[in-house]
Amino acid sequence: MQTANGTHPAAGPAAGDAMIAIDGLTKHFGPFTAVDGISFTVARGEVLGFLGPNGAGKSTTMKMITGFLAPSAGRASICGHDVVTDQLPAQRLIGYLPEGAPAYGDMTPLSFLKFIARVRALDGAAAMQAIESAVAATELQGVLDQPIDTLSKGFRRRVGLAQAILHNPPVLIMDEPTDGLDPNQKHEVRKLIGRMAADKAIVISTHILEEVDAICTRALIIDRGRVVADGTPAQLIGRSRYHNAVSLTIGGQVTAVAAETLKALPGIESIEISPRGTETTFTLFPLQHDAISAEVKLIDAVADLARQQGWLVRALYGEPGRLDEVFRNLTRSDTADMPGKNAA
Amino acid sequence: MRELSAVFRRELGGYFATPLAFIFIVIFLFTMGAFTFNMGGYFEIGQADLQIFFNFHPWLYLFLIPAISMRLWAEERRTGSIELLLSLPIPLWAAVLGKFLAAWAFSGIALVLTFPMWITVNYLGHPDNGVILAGYIGSFFMAGGYLAIGSCLSATTRNQVIAFVVSVVVCFLFTVAGLPLVTDFFASWVPQQVLNTIASFSFLTHFTAITQGVIDIRDIIYFFTLIAGWLIACGVVVDMKKAG
Repeated sequence: MQTANGTHPAAGPAAGDAMIAIDGLTKHFGPFTAVDGISFTVARGEVLGFLGPNGAGKSTTMKMITGFLAPSAGRASICGHDVVTDQLPAQRLIGYLPEGAPAYGDMTPLSFLKFIARVRALDGAAAMQAIESAVAATELQGVLDQPIDTLSKGFRRRVGLAQAILHNPPVLIMDEPTDGLDPNQKHEVRKLIGRMAADKAIVISTHILEEVDAICTRALIIDRGRVVADGTPAQLIGRSRYHNAVSLTIGGQVTAVAAETLKALPGIESIEISPRGTETTFTLFPLQHDAISAEVKLIDAVADLARQQGWLVRALYGEPGRLDEVFRNLTRSDTADMPGKNAA
Repeated sequence: MRELSAVFRRELGGYFATPLAFIFIVIFLFTMGAFTFNMGGYFEIGQADLQIFFNFHPWLYLFLIPAISMRLWAEERRTGSIELLLSLPIPLWAAVLGKFLAAWAFSGIALVLTFPMWITVNYLGHPDNGVILAGYIGSFFMAGGYLAIGSCLSATTRNQVIAFVVSVVVCFLFTVAGLPLVTDFFASWVPQQVLNTIASFSFLTHFTAITQGVIDIRDIIYFFTLIAGWLIACGVVVDMKKAG
């Protein structure tokens, strides 16, 4: 994306190409355990989506990785630099967008970015070039001289993003980077992350599930401070009970008959009926849940049946699975009382 | 040093980015003048020096300096920018010192802007400018002492009002430590040695000594030690909050 700070400080003795290594990271706030022994690694080129309900420990984990909070136990390292014992070198390698994109509100984006450039050891022409490309990437040109306090939520978020990518860091940690952006801006930010992904290790937290599918190469679901799922978005979707199910929507008043007929098809385990207005949707769960061939066969069979029965077919498709359903099944902590979320 | 200078420049610029700096300086100069000329009876005394002017400094600083220092850390906590600051590759000492030095420089600017006093007194008579310079130096160090206290207390809270009130109280105790108000309280039950130590913490004692025109190295050491001690405490507080 930008080459202002072309050479990164030399990477330390990292294991393989894991640029972020988290091992047994734990955080207690008094009696409350916000993060409970989380371990994972992120390699160059990976975009890790950090998912979980509010209060699951996403932000707390990010705060520990970036050195804002000290871990109660466990360790985290960035390219081999421990974030506690070797903090400044680790922090130099990180670009961080904290939750809510805090900034100095009385500054203008330009003076704010100049301050960040100075702290990041960028001077003169290199600093100007870095600021220019970060501003271009986040489309801040129009508001560079307005106090940040007077900017809309979307612009403030983009100032935070510009600040995070300013020094072209090898590791990017972003806490809800698209929160508060309109759909067009969300799309732009996702494209930006996609462009940067190849030579960086990126961690984003989000509770927008479509985002995981759109930009993440891997997703980690955490709940009550523990990792409850870790895999590619496809693998997670594969855990949905809707994975490879077939959905059929027909019009008219044929429900009772149709349900019986569909149930009689071979290879059906169960069937769900959801009427809506003058239409009815049947969701057919195949016996062989994990086989795409079974799904295709089932679609053909349903199509044949619909033709024989003369149903008014409005929609017929195989379901990839539903990430929100997987998410709901794995996480329950948002229903409980979660103190300490905003501690420190 | 680069980080220190970046923090310093950002903080100092921050004062002037809002009307805060101008309001503060105007009020500072106005009250200084009002106290000196009206309450102090500057003209009635008929002496060509700035003793009266400097005598009011500790009492004005008591309220005006915590007003500068209260935002140093509390504001960062409230807006969340502290998370940004502490996750940037800035050593903790540079953040603490940079903020302090910016506030100190700002109070120095306000102090320098009282120069019409100096012009006035030189116009009216022939004062000992060495004594006046000593007074300014003493006042500047005293402001540093108040700021260091305020900086540390500001780091303990996200509420600027609390930071202000607690700073005023603690600064007050440090100011009057040598006066009967405090010494009488201790006199009956602590040994004389301890009493002397408590009294020696008094800003007034050290400041008055300097404004007499005698810059004793011990007074300077006192202010430096005080500033260093409170700034280290400030660093410890910021670091402890990281541990949650």
